Amino acid sequence: MEEELNKNQKNSRRQFLKKGIIAGAGVAIGSGLIAAYVDATATETGEKVKVLTTDGEIMEVDKGLLKLPRVSREESHKGIPGRKFVMVIDLGKCKNARKCVEACQKGHHLPKSQEFMKVYLLQDSEKTSPYWFPKPCFHCDNPLCVSVCPVGATYKRSDGIVLIDNERCIGCKFCMTGCPYSTRVFAWKHYPEFDEDKEPYSPEAGSPGQEGTVSKCDFCPDLIRVGKIPYCASACPMGVIYFGDVDEDTVTNGTETFQFSKLISDRAGYRYLETLGTRPCVYYLPPVDRQFEVERGFGDLDPAIKERYKDTPYSKKNKQ
Amino acid sequence: MELQQKNPLKEFAPQLEQTSIQGYAWIIFLLAVIGLGVYAFLQQVFHGHEVTGMRDNVVWGVYIVNFIFFMGISYAGALISGTLHLFKTAWRKPVIRMAEFITVISLLIGPCFILLCIGRLDRLPYLVLFGRIQSPITWDVIAISTDIFGCFIFLYLAVLRDLATLRDYELLRLPNWRKKLYKTLALGYTGTPEQQQRLNRATDIMAAMVISIAIIVYSVLAWIFSVTLQPGWHSTIFGPYFVIAAVYSGSAVLILAMWVFRRVYHLEAYITKKHFVAVGVIMLVLAAFFGYFTFSDYLTKWYGSEKNDELLIQLLFKEFYWPFIISNYVGVLLPLLVVGIARFRTITNITLTAIVVVISLWLNRYIIVVPTLESPYLPIQDARPEWLNYSATWVEWSLTAAGVAVFCLLFTLASKFITIIPVSGIEGEEKKEDVLI
Repeated sequence: MEEELNKNQKNSRRQFLKKGIIAGAGVAIGSGLIAAYVDATATETGEKVKVLTTDGEIMEVDKGLLKLPRVSREESHKGIPGRKFVMVIDLGKCKNARKCVEACQKGHHLPKSQEFMKVYLLQDSEKTSPYWFPKPCFHCDNPLCVSVCPVGATYKRSDGIVLIDNERCIGCKFCMTGCPYSTRVFAWKHYPEFDEDKEPYSPEAGSPGQEGTVSKCDFCPDLIRVGKIPYCASACPMGVIYFGDVDEDTVTNGTETFQFSKLISDRAGYRYLETLGTRPCVYYLPPVDRQFEVERGFGDLDPAIKERYKDTPYSKKNKQ
Repeated sequence: MELQQKNPLKEFAPQLEQTSIQGYAWIIFLLAVIGLGVYAFLQQVFHGHEVTGMRDNVVWGVYIVNFIFFMGISYAGALISGTLHLFKTAWRKPVIRMAEFITVISLLIGPCFILLCIGRLDRLPYLVLFGRIQSPITWDVIAISTDIFGCFIFLYLAVLRDLATLRDYELLRLPNWRKKLYKTLALGYTGTPEQQQRLNRATDIMAAMVISIAIIVYSVLAWIFSVTLQPGWHSTIFGPYFVIAAVYSGSAVLILAMWVFRRVYHLEAYITKKHFVAVGVIMLVLAAFFGYFTFSDYLTKWYGSEKNDELLIQLLFKEFYWPFIISNYVGVLLPLLVVGIARFRTITNITLTAIVVVISLWLNRYIIVVPTLESPYLPIQDARPEWLNYSATWVEWSLTAAGVAVFCLLFTLASKFITIIPVSGIEGEEKKEDVLI
């Protein structure tokens, strides 16, 4: 019994030293922040993953020791050096499975009433075809939300991401009226889901949420830092959502990878409401060569969700 | 001594000295309404903004409407009192103080409503600590605080002579602290030619200042809406449109104040039909301007019929039909008819018209704010009715009522502190009969 205890202690000491070395190495290559990637309470698995530090360095860390980095508020203003993120959404493949919405809500500890990703049923005009339209934040290059914020609580980073600092936000909601895409959500009260997240707040994690402040889709920079794609992109069973980098000219949905510029040019990619001049970083591929009937989107929807689409021209026509 | 002889204070003194039982009942009633508002406010603080009717689409509701409304009344007071002063309008004397009171009192209430909209009141200092000049809200913070400051100075300069008169009037039966207060506030003004000249110059400058500040502030307020891309808000006409709507609402509130004080303090000899007609004509001219701007704004939206403008106009004529008709038709045409046609031009009619105008202008702000938020670029697809359509809750209505009650209460108290009609010659050079016309 006593022997076993000693062994455990020894083991943990050894492990601690090892972790210390990893953390130390982080400091040595010029980033004290690497320590934030390593969870001292976790166990090693032997599998290594590459992570990107805030300085743009690549670093190998054991997968089991990895936790999502929570960079400080100051750090979250800077953006990941040398990157410019972009999302491509293939409307031909979406069947409103809503896995993107659910994964996003789980990842960001959101209540059911707050959706960073929304799925609309759109129909541009009477004779044109209806289609499912997943809508994240567009992370505009000319973001009106950022211009109108009176306290600098929402900001555009060098990597293109528009973030919100919930510790700074005063909840005036001007950004919500400024955004022409109805992207932002407000915490009308303290939702119990906010308490699920025990980690300290970081704008990059967008969690835990705070009552009386505005939040929105953040392109999951905490996941990007550990080399992953956002929750919505990895959760989509159809691979509708591609995420990537404009400068690297690649986008991936986790299984397929494309050359961004070629994909956009071959498939006639466009940005939603281009005329507004907000210059979104989210591109859509038109809903052609559909893999699913629009009707499939109603498949096994929650009745409350189904109810949402009852006033759309498509549903009204079907009723008749 | 000169002042004392001219002094019509003898007649007005009872206003300051006594409060009738009805007067006390009125104040208690107002306090009760304010109490309800405080309770509603506490509900909002402890249970979050969920207790309001606002949701993610309609993020601004009745609070913002009240904000625009009270600020509007205020700027109107400033514009009217400033203009009447600068043009030395002969009949202004009995009504100018009311206009000045309206300015300052509603200016204190308006910003409170925008505070009710703010999710994190505890972070209010951030507006100054981390203020960004790019944001129209920062413009508003600067403009409104300048306006409050300017209007207070203007009001103070305007009442200074009366404060001196009150200080010098020995027969005034008031507690000592009140007399001391008058003495302190009068700043040793005795009416020497030099003092008079300085005071006149200062008042002239401040009158011109408050007029220009008022125009700037109300335009900034309009730009909060028109700098966004939202259909219905993104309009170049909004600045002047808001300024006109503001002065228009203010002229109507001034008429209401004239009617109330005329009755309560028996001022029939001072505030006559002449005054009602004079302010009524101002209201008529503003009604015409307001109608013109409204027409111009909706005509261009409707004629070009961009998809989202079209949806907005459909919404206005469907779900907001009555508010739209009342604010943009009745509210424009009624003053033109009532004041425009000599036969209808009675005190009662003008006052009733003013009530309609005040209501229609409140509704006008409502149909500017809410329908636009209910018809964003991406259609609202939600199953929850409160997410689809905004309807204010008892919390918002209680606080609205409390806002009106605070306005009435402060007006009542102000009229108890200083006479509602200036008792001393404003220009100093005026003849005795001029003072009381």
